[in-house]
Amino acid sequence: MQDQDQEVIREFLVESYDNLSRLDQELVELEKRPKDAELLASIFRTMHTIKGTCGFLGFSTLEGISHQAENLLSQLRDGQRELTPELVSMILTTVDATRKVLGAIESTGEEGPDRFEELVERLKSAAQGTAAPAPAAEHPEGAKPEEDSAKSTAVADSTVRVGVGLLDKLMDLVGELVLIRNQILQFNTEREDASLNGTSQRLNLITTELQGGVMKTRMQPIGVVWNKFPRVVRDVSVALGKQIRLEMEGAGTELDRTIIEAIKDPLLHMVRNSCDHGIEPPDVRARLGKPPEGRLALHAYHEGGQVNIEIRDDGAGIDVARVKQKALENGLLRPEQIEKLSEREALNLIFVPGFSMAKTVSNVSGRGVGMDVVKSHIEKIGGVVDIVSRLGEGTTIKLKIPLTLAIIPGLVVTSGGERFVIPQVSLIELIRLEGDSKDKHIEHVHGTPVYRRRGSLLPIAYLSRVLGLEPAGQADAVNMVVLQAEDWQFGLVVDGINDTQEIVVKPLGEQLKGLSVYAGATIMGDGRVALILDVLGIGQQSGVLTESREQVRTAVQQKTQAGDEKQRLLLFGAGSFKRLAVPLSMVARIEEFPRSSIEKAGGRQVVQYRDQILLLVPLHEVLEPGSPQVETAGQVQVIVFNDGDRSVGLMIDQILDVAEEAVTVHQKTSRKGLLGSAVVGKHVADFLDLNYVLRVAAADWFQATVKSANGKRVLLAEASAFSRGLIRSGLDMAGYRVVEAGNLEEAVRTLEQQPVDIAVAALDLPPGGSAKLLSAMRGRPEWKGIPLLVLVDSAEQMRSQAGQPADFEDCQVKFDQEAMLKSVARLATHLAGSETVPVEVGEER
Amino acid sequence: MANDIAASKTESAQAGGQFSTFFVGELFFGVDVLRVQEVLCFQHMTRVPQAPEVIEGLINLRGQIVPAIDMRRRLGLPPRAGEQTPMNMVVRTEDGAISLLVDEIGDVMDADPATYERPPENLLPAARELIRGIYKLKDRLLLVLDTDRTVDLTIGVNSVQARCQA
Repeated sequence: MQDQDQEVIREFLVESYDNLSRLDQELVELEKRPKDAELLASIFRTMHTIKGTCGFLGFSTLEGISHQAENLLSQLRDGQRELTPELVSMILTTVDATRKVLGAIESTGEEGPDRFEELVERLKSAAQGTAAPAPAAEHPEGAKPEEDSAKSTAVADSTVRVGVGLLDKLMDLVGELVLIRNQILQFNTEREDASLNGTSQRLNLITTELQGGVMKTRMQPIGVVWNKFPRVVRDVSVALGKQIRLEMEGAGTELDRTIIEAIKDPLLHMVRNSCDHGIEPPDVRARLGKPPEGRLALHAYHEGGQVNIEIRDDGAGIDVARVKQKALENGLLRPEQIEKLSEREALNLIFVPGFSMAKTVSNVSGRGVGMDVVKSHIEKIGGVVDIVSRLGEGTTIKLKIPLTLAIIPGLVVTSGGERFVIPQVSLIELIRLEGDSKDKHIEHVHGTPVYRRRGSLLPIAYLSRVLGLEPAGQADAVNMVVLQAEDWQFGLVVDGINDTQEIVVKPLGEQLKGLSVYAGATIMGDGRVALILDVLGIGQQSGVLTESREQVRTAVQQKTQAGDEKQRLLLFGAGSFKRLAVPLSMVARIEEFPRSSIEKAGGRQVVQYRDQILLLVPLHEVLEPGSPQVETAGQVQVIVFNDGDRSVGLMIDQILDVAEEAVTVHQKTSRKGLLGSAVVGKHVADFLDLNYVLRVAAADWFQATVKSANGKRVLLAEASAFSRGLIRSGLDMAGYRVVEAGNLEEAVRTLEQQPVDIAVAALDLPPGGSAKLLSAMRGRPEWKGIPLLVLVDSAEQMRSQAGQPADFEDCQVKFDQEAMLKSVARLATHLAGSETVPVEVGEER
Repeated sequence: MANDIAASKTESAQAGGQFSTFFVGELFFGVDVLRVQEVLCFQHMTRVPQAPEVIEGLINLRGQIVPAIDMRRRLGLPPRAGEQTPMNMVVRTEDGAISLLVDEIGDVMDADPATYERPPENLLPAARELIRGIYKLKDRLLLVLDTDRTVDLTIGVNSVQARCQA
């Protein structure tokens, strides 16, 4: 608080000194043209300003003096009094006195002992018309102001007001200088000249320093804008009867002053918006179980060569349905257009001109002038506005503001014979694959190249392909640049990697603005132009980001839609498979055995475990037959699966994690032993086909258990092959004989072709859902007796199903293995008199 | 500079004036002399992958990055003969300088407003969009190029949109 006051006073001093010098000039001017009304008005305004600020800051002496002077001036202005040289002198004396007091404030922080009572009296009596002539002795004109200014303008001298235009020009020139410096440095490396070398080094140093200095002149902390917000938020919350706590983080984040200027109003608007629309009144919040005090957080930080500013509230969020409704009412969109909108697109409707969500027009917001203006302002400076909102939880608006004109470090790469610059901030690491390893390390998933980087998959793009350039001939090494775009990483393969350089980002002309793959252009050391790559644009254009983005988005959506749907997955590594997953519900225990305790029985590895013999299956051998056993001393990690009284242990290398994750990405693989892969905790994990593994490695164990389940035939109807695999492996493990069907038609055909004891069908079985299958089954006498278990996606869905009259026997959540198996078992026991069919293991596949 | 542009725009629209002339194929063009920043011989150019094809590349004009528009492609003319290097005619526009790649630079000449005429309807369609009018000189026709429309790549037969639709 102290600092802020100091800041205010400093500004007041600077401004007042400015005003006083203007008064000096204007008063002298006025003496020459006493009838100039405009000049008089200007003088009056200046004096009025000084008076106003003094009063505001509590400087009573100053206020007294300036108040009397203002009175006098107002009479002059209104023509009640003729201007005389005496009056001018008197006002000039006032100016001098004011300067004196300002000097005292500057050095001591206070107004000083001199109250200038005599001067005030004289001003007063002059205003009343009983002017006493100024005593000449007290008025040694000429000498005094000079002496004063010498003493008191320390603050004024320490700052200079400089036009922004000049700063821009300077910045441009420094940019040129940097480029020329680069050119000279390159030139220098080509010659062996000691004196040139020395000079260019010196030039280099000074340029860098100058560049830093000039950049600094233009930078301001964003706090300059934010400082006003506590007051704004307070006023708005009082006016609306709300309680709002404002949190600010990163107020020191510096931005170019032109950008600060440009985002000032949009930010203010968004803060008011959040207070007005976002945060609910305390009583509503209390009813919703939220703390009565709403939270509005501002967060600014540098990221990826940009400044991000987030405005987050924990208020009501934006009701997408209502946004759509409003858009319909306002005639912005037609009903069929609205239907097609994704949630994100619908949210973006609030940026359409003339769109307002406020039910009533308040003096805070709600006039339909708003977010569209915000958006256009931000976009004008090359920024991006993004909005994320969850109904009932709050809204986050994220601004990404690029550094439009800046000198940044960049990595120079070549591709197709052209040079390109990648901003250093987007760079994670450089990878060079040589010799045989280059082909081995780049694999293809569905035609998309990926690279295994420390166990996780990195999507790869080829710069030459993205830009449609001729790739260099077969090189003996692959150069890859690992880049970060927003929250995603990808590898960009280039022909060659050169060095890093300081570059000046120059905008591309109007004609090339539409190209999202470039962030601008720069001039290289040899004087030629090189294009600067836009990492995000490259990622999107090449498809590496859109895909993974979509994946993450769906993952997030599903997560938020139904918490119950989340499945807990055990993540572990074995052999070259660094990230495998099985549903935790299948796992009985995780154990650790000393390697020495492993014995051999019947050619298999076993361990004594809880008074039983536990069969151990080395997983890496099953997945990659012939791969060498990693001989690790000490402990062996084992995942124990059991069924009734029999257990089997999978030997793995290490347990990684237990992740609670919605299973979202369905990537079927043809690799035996794996069901497919999915994104778990931001990385790809392979789902283990437990059924296959156990069948291959522990056939006898499996057969025994199969028999114990009487080999009931289960029809499993589910559209997603991946989900089918997961469910199936559970059923297989429990000893059922499973027949799969991907849709209604297949299911009916299966029923026609072979006897089925139990039907398990997903609620959303295409086409028409499980209800279609049910009616088909109930329609035929021979199928009437088959019990149907319907699988739903979430507990919520299950509840809504429970409320409806249904003809099916049971309903369970899809990935809740345990409950599902219990239900199937119950249905199986109800099948009276059904004969048991001996099962040959591995028959179905 | 913006004022210059605005002023010269209205000026040259009606009355005659001075024109910097150049050749593109058989066509003889003139650009308001006040709009011309400079004329340069062929410069090294950095090509811009994915850019509209009329953009030949970017040149470094004393630290300023200037896009170069190939006038032959812009006008829908066949490409230049192999050994012929184009000249840069750098014109000022509201979006900064832009270089027009032309075959040959001609003289600066005065045009008599009395000889001015609207472009005929049967002019090459690609060119008609970009030509403001024609001065009938003694021995040939001087086509007045509309630089603003020329650098606006959304205009014209070989514009970006037209290509996309094709």
